[in-house]
Amino acid sequence: MPKDTGIGASSKRREDVRFLSGLGNYTDDVVIAGQSYAIFVRSTVAHGRIVKVATEAAAAMPGVLAVFTGEDFAAVGGNPAGWLINSRDGTPMKEPKRPVLAHGKVRHVGDAYAAVVAETLQQAKDAAQVISDESEIEELPAIIDMAKALADTTNRVHDEIPDNQCYDWGWIEDNRAAVEAAFKAAPHVTTLELVNNRLVPNAMEPRASIGEYFPGTGDYKLTTTSQNPHLTRLLVAAFVLGIPENKLTVVAPDVGGGFGSKIYHYGEEALVLAAAKKLKRPVKWVAERSESFLSDAHGRDHVTKIELACDKEGNFLAFRTETMANVGAYLSNFATVTPTFLHGTLMAGPYKVPHVYVNVKTVFTNTAPVDAYRGAGRPEATYSLERVIDKMCRELNLDPFEVRRKNFLTTDMFPYTTPVGLVYDTGNYQATLDKAVELGDVAGFEARRAASAAKGKLRGLGLSTWIEACGIAPSHLVGILGARVGLYDAATVRVNATGNISVMVGAHSHGQGHETVFAQVVAEQLGVPESSIEIVHGDTSKIPFGMGSYGSRSLAVCGSAMTKAVDKIIAKGKKIAAHMLEAAEGDITFADGKFSVAGTDKAKTFGEIAFSAYVPHNYPLETLEPGLEETAFYDPANFTYPAGAYLCEVEVDAETGKVEVCSFTCADDFGNVMNPMIVEGQVHGGVGQGIGQALLENTTYDENGQLLTGSYMDYAMPRADDVPFYTVDASCVTPCTHNPLGVKGCGEAGAIGSPPAVINAVIDALQRGGHRHVTHIDMPVSPSRVWSAMNNA
Amino acid sequence: MTKVTMTVNGKTVSGEVDGRTLLSGFLREGLGLTGTHIGCDTSQCGACVVHVDGKAIKSCTMFALDAAGASVKTIEGMANADGSLSVIQQSFQDHHGLQCGFCTPGMVMSSAALLAENPKPTEAEVRHYLEGNICRCTGYHNIVKAVLAASGQDVPAVAAE
Amino acid sequence: MHNFDFVKPSSIADAVKALSTDGAQALSGGQTLTPTMKQRLAAPAVLVSLTGIAEMQGVCLGDDGLSIGAATPHAVVAREAAKYYPALAALAAGIGDPAVRNRGTIGGSLANNDPAACYPSAVLASGAVVVTNKRKIKADDWFQGMFTTALEEGEIITGVTFPVPEKAAYVKFNQPASRFALTGVFVAKYASGVRVAVTGASNEGVFRWSDGEKALSGNFAGAAVAGLTVSADGMIGDLHGTPEYRAHLVKVLTKRAVDAAH
Repeated sequence: MPKDTGIGASSKRREDVRFLSGLGNYTDDVVIAGQSYAIFVRSTVAHGRIVKVATEAAAAMPGVLAVFTGEDFAAVGGNPAGWLINSRDGTPMKEPKRPVLAHGKVRHVGDAYAAVVAETLQQAKDAAQVISDESEIEELPAIIDMAKALADTTNRVHDEIPDNQCYDWGWIEDNRAAVEAAFKAAPHVTTLELVNNRLVPNAMEPRASIGEYFPGTGDYKLTTTSQNPHLTRLLVAAFVLGIPENKLTVVAPDVGGGFGSKIYHYGEEALVLAAAKKLKRPVKWVAERSESFLSDAHGRDHVTKIELACDKEGNFLAFRTETMANVGAYLSNFATVTPTFLHGTLMAGPYKVPHVYVNVKTVFTNTAPVDAYRGAGRPEATYSLERVIDKMCRELNLDPFEVRRKNFLTTDMFPYTTPVGLVYDTGNYQATLDKAVELGDVAGFEARRAASAAKGKLRGLGLSTWIEACGIAPSHLVGILGARVGLYDAATVRVNATGNISVMVGAHSHGQGHETVFAQVVAEQLGVPESSIEIVHGDTSKIPFGMGSYGSRSLAVCGSAMTKAVDKIIAKGKKIAAHMLEAAEGDITFADGKFSVAGTDKAKTFGEIAFSAYVPHNYPLETLEPGLEETAFYDPANFTYPAGAYLCEVEVDAETGKVEVCSFTCADDFGNVMNPMIVEGQVHGGVGQGIGQALLENTTYDENGQLLTGSYMDYAMPRADDVPFYTVDASCVTPCTHNPLGVKGCGEAGAIGSPPAVINAVIDALQRGGHRHVTHIDMPVSPSRVWSAMNNA
Repeated sequence: MTKVTMTVNGKTVSGEVDGRTLLSGFLREGLGLTGTHIGCDTSQCGACVVHVDGKAIKSCTMFALDAAGASVKTIEGMANADGSLSVIQQSFQDHHGLQCGFCTPGMVMSSAALLAENPKPTEAEVRHYLEGNICRCTGYHNIVKAVLAASGQDVPAVAAE
Repeated sequence: MHNFDFVKPSSIADAVKALSTDGAQALSGGQTLTPTMKQRLAAPAVLVSLTGIAEMQGVCLGDDGLSIGAATPHAVVAREAAKYYPALAALAAGIGDPAVRNRGTIGGSLANNDPAACYPSAVLASGAVVVTNKRKIKADDWFQGMFTTALEEGEIITGVTFPVPEKAAYVKFNQPASRFALTGVFVAKYASGVRVAVTGASNEGVFRWSDGEKALSGNFAGAAVAGLTVSADGMIGDLHGTPEYRAHLVKVLTKRAVDAAH
């Protein structure tokens, strides 16, 4: 019988009622008396020297309150990269300043170089148009292609960086020679060159920010679409504007999806705060979708050559990759870690491969910044591995299921140190593959293929077995690797005098359902009803601290902090109970919401203890403070390692090249599952995005740096009729060994495991259909690309 | 500015608008009905779908003055008379048909229009009807399930077809 | 968006009068014009809504064929034309999405003549007549290259009359993002012969595939076009498909349309 409350129950989401009633409170819904409107003037050229920003006429236009240019922010700090990466030769990465508004040069189409604040939105737009029309920008050659950028020493995105290279990273550099030797001695080497296509995250809520300044106290408030308000506060306060951290409140109210793009601090946030101070009025900015396409951090954009060395039976001997990763025009906050430590460290997959070497050159181009997008580095690693393994199986005529099985790490090998520096704590990769094979009815594939063939369709089956490192992250480890912040999290559990509970958490929900799931966890731990618990998030003035939600970390890290805080509540409760029950503290047990004296029927309810804490008439005041509120910080001992096996079946229309996903099956190990309904929903969403990457989505700049896919007219978002019902399963559980809930994280899984399963299925369909020359097609495998591949023998 | 009058969620409302004021803008800024969302500027995402005279339309692509005299229904008008969630809204909650909630108002309004036209749609009909509503969170799985369930159909049976 | 005066006349005569003012522009369902105005690519001083004119609404069968009022939304055509001209109704049911179909109109689509729009293929393949407040214009004369038509200043489309074919079908291959036609083919068989119109494929906008028409007029079967080739010259090449791919689709979709025609 499934549980109907607490840990493991599919509790319905409490946040849904407001969303379904039109009563959500997103940033654009917030109306503040006296608010004015900001509009940004964005570059229409990819690369140019700013000769003149024409502000005068605009400043005199009706309703215009202020005009800002890069000059106004020349003296304040830049928006920093959160991670220092060193090149193979030990030199630190190149780190150009990322200003609030472009100064000196514009570096991508959409780079904001001026802003107007006006009484109305239309007045701001009218004035911005005049600035755009009258400003002079001397156009420079656009640097778009990564290989050309690295070879070009004349044209520079940043004048001080001659080869447009941020760093040339080797992982692990000391292993390079051993890997080369393994390749030289290998009986077989498979090589694959592939592109991990650039994506636009496209959270359905465009970014928006409101700045407020309170002259009476000197306080600032930023209401913004953020996945991590404390991190934004830190960046704005300590790095960009120099506002004392205790004078700035950052609120992220309901946020309409993030997928990575709302982790980062953006210049628009600094601008509305600075403008609010100058004008002593609230300043609001809401992106239009076309602005989001141009200015949100994009994702992926790797060009990779991967090599696999193996014996003739398909036993892996070594992997080696060379990757160019695009960071765009400026370093966004996580841009330097995404292609390195979130990518190279996963390049051993779930396999017992002895040798791995990863080289990543990260390149500046005149395109929008590129940063973490759902999966962040790990989808790129998984795609490279799972594609090259599939290619090798075909070359050696080996069964892709059997090859993965024989190379899997086995359950007796944990904890296992990989050749790329991670220590996998636990897992059972055979089990998830068995489960996927069962649920996906691999045995029935041949019959389905024949049925498709009878309709004139080519059917294919694709497999991907994936692993990721999430629960980001142990601070001591990431500190060694260059992180400039700690990656712990925090929570406060406040038991109110009347017995209900407020839990202030550093994680931020922008669709994940924390308000429901976190309440389930605390309800279970304290033996109280879920309905008596309120989860508070997204407001730096209310929550103790937090590093926010990304990297599938909310439950593994913040949930652990919350659990530690609950433990402290229970420990204090035991002290109070011991006093009230006149027993020794060591004799008090806590279960089902009751503090009892072991071996007796003497007990106090949780509510009685809470009341006593706030009305301490019969209370050990000499040794114990009144009140029942505890805060805990939690820094994980290790990453968590969710893993799984994904199966995709496609039909290819041989006449048009159109690919239809017929079925998609996921068998995942997420450790313990708190709310199965929500976990399944996370996988559905990730798989939907992965199918989008594989079949539909592409971000294309032309050679002049104009974004050709700047709206939903050309950027193909997956729609309801592009995808099937998915089969998902999370019943294979190896609990995480080092966090109290035994959870691993499920947010990114679907987006990591699915693209290679889709592409492997497409190639399988084409191969089985007689198109033996087609061994790879780059994503997205659009009908046109598939047709061209089939017909260009 | 021109005065416009229409019925919104059963109530007669008026306001002063520009020619360029979109129906979505009038609802959000004029009436404070912020459940209608703006997710794109090319009439594709569907977050702004409302019903005008019983038909689903994209309120970001209709001028407020073009809706003069019309009867408009928004997500705020979807609940039952007693304030409880309507069948379609409740089905979205029951089947986890939403995550971040941003596309949800438009999804619900489109789904309600579908079920009014076609009370027992097939899975394929649901997917086709919702092609003008983009969701980035759910992979559509639970949205389609929610709509099928709201139509009174046995979801596992439909999914198995 | 720049501001403008909004007028909504209730007769064709009043609409024509309103359109004679400086900077006036007609607005039908607005599914293309409104986004264009948001981008400030169009900035009329007066916007004349045609959706309040009763005489421009509706579907009716007459002696010349099926007449559709210019301001009739796609959804109405999809519903009401089904029993007279099912292929046309099916085409209307596949334009945009349901919300777009409740607003977008046939007149708006024909006046805009987007090279990837669906309606132009039906109008051209049916040899339909575009009726304006001034005259009647044959389909073959109406389309004059992408976004260009025979419509003159101060002239508004009031309706379209479609001769109803013996058999017809439209097959559209979606551009995956916009869901306009990457290529769409409308095949219509009349006693006088077969007409094949292609949208989405050519730099010149909708066009008739004369080789296909010849072959199919002799033998109305998918196999009849199997031996033909379509030249990629002049075909659109973009992110979503090469000219060669579109040329290939013309043939494939024609075959499928013939197979589907009833």
